[in-house]
Amino acid sequence: MTKQFLLDGQPVPFEDGQTILEAARKAGHYIPSLCWHQDFPPHGSCKLCIVKAAGRHVSACATPAKEGWEVESNTPEMNGERRGLLQMLFVEGNHFCPSCEKSGNCELQALGYEYEMLTPRFRHFFPERPVDASHPDMLLDFNRCIFCELCVRASRDVDGKSVFALTGRGIHKHLAVNAESGRLADTDFSKDDLAARICPVGVILPKGRGFAVPIGERTFDTETIRSKTLKEEES
Amino acid sequence: MSPAPVPARKLRVATTSLAGCFGCHMSFLDIDEHLFELVELIEFDRSPLTDIKDVGPCDIGLIEGGVCNAENVHVLREFRRHCKTLIALGACAVNGGLPAQRNHLPLSECLREVYQFRPGLENGQIPNDPELPLPLDKVRPIHEVVRIDYFLPGCPPSGPAIWKFLTDLIAGRTPRLAGGLLHYD
Ligand code: SF4
Ligand code: FES
Repeated sequence: MTKQFLLDGQPVPFEDGQTILEAARKAGHYIPSLCWHQDFPPHGSCKLCIVKAAGRHVSACATPAKEGWEVESNTPEMNGERRGLLQMLFVEGNHFCPSCEKSGNCELQALGYEYEMLTPRFRHFFPERPVDASHPDMLLDFNRCIFCELCVRASRDVDGKSVFALTGRGIHKHLAVNAESGRLADTDFSKDDLAARICPVGVILPKGRGFAVPIGERTFDTETIRSKTLKEEES
Repeated sequence: MSPAPVPARKLRVATTSLAGCFGCHMSFLDIDEHLFELVELIEFDRSPLTDIKDVGPCDIGLIEGGVCNAENVHVLREFRRHCKTLIALGACAVNGGLPAQRNHLPLSECLREVYQFRPGLENGQIPNDPELPLPLDKVRPIHEVVRIDYFLPGCPPSGPAIWKFLTDLIAGRTPRLAGGLLHYD
């Protein structure tokens, strides 16, 4: 007999060791994620995948499924908390979609649409985060970093370069470039690295492309992140 | 979308542009022929469309743009005082938008760059006429200054988004931007 848990009242089969998120997506149910990537161990920092399992809040991306659990995900309460998390991410950085090249392809923005975030609600921090345009092919706009560590993990574990690291604590946390000068141009980073394409928001951007695909015709202009995620799971 | 039922009396609507570019007002006009339906339902109070200078008692206030100077704060507070329902219209009102891009620069540096050091300027000096409203050190979204009832993001929000929002509101429904009408860009 396969084991199963209940997700919003629906049975979801799983194998030992599978997380709630993996099992749910495999069974065609959407649980959102931002810092999670199927090729890496969970990071558990964004908390967008938050669910209530057996009455407790857990990160679905980092919590192994358990037989007989009742898990709540797509409920007004959980979705409201997700909206709150998104609002905190938006005020913590400088997220000005109209002037961002990633607009329409950005997962943070797409989740804002998915959870109908109409306002960042809180007071903006307006942190100071200078950009690094030193590299010939790639631009770093730290204003939009959400500290998901995907680039850190990709550069270290796949590209074998360790170009990026997160450093500092609390409001001083920031993404650092692993060079004496702190400049991307002084690393062996290349536009062909996995780390160059993995950022879910608009920090690590290729130069010279900009608005080649116009606003209005981009990924999440035509499709929701929910349907895109589920489609990718199927294929 | 069901058409808005005709209210017993026309709703009074005021609009203004603070630190904005008038793009949201232009987009408002982009509801095109719906404007004819709209004037059956509402009448304008203070607005760039009427040139009434002071806002009076209103049902709905639409604010375009964030808050970048003392006059913006004054106008915004006047709108809050007089409008039952106050709406942030567009990206700049919602999060500061393009004008807030100056927030990481010291204000004095911005002013000097524009009025003193710009190439081609001779004897440039920072304007200090007492008639000019004092700039704030940071541009703020309007919800950081007064309570806002509803938010309609977009740069600018599209005509259809504005129309959906207003018809919801006039009909007494909570405005909702579903089905691709919600955009931040
Ligand atoms: S740069 Fe992008 S991928 Fe790297 S930590 Fe920041 S948001 Fe994540
Ligand atoms: S996806 Fe689970 S914490 Fe980010």
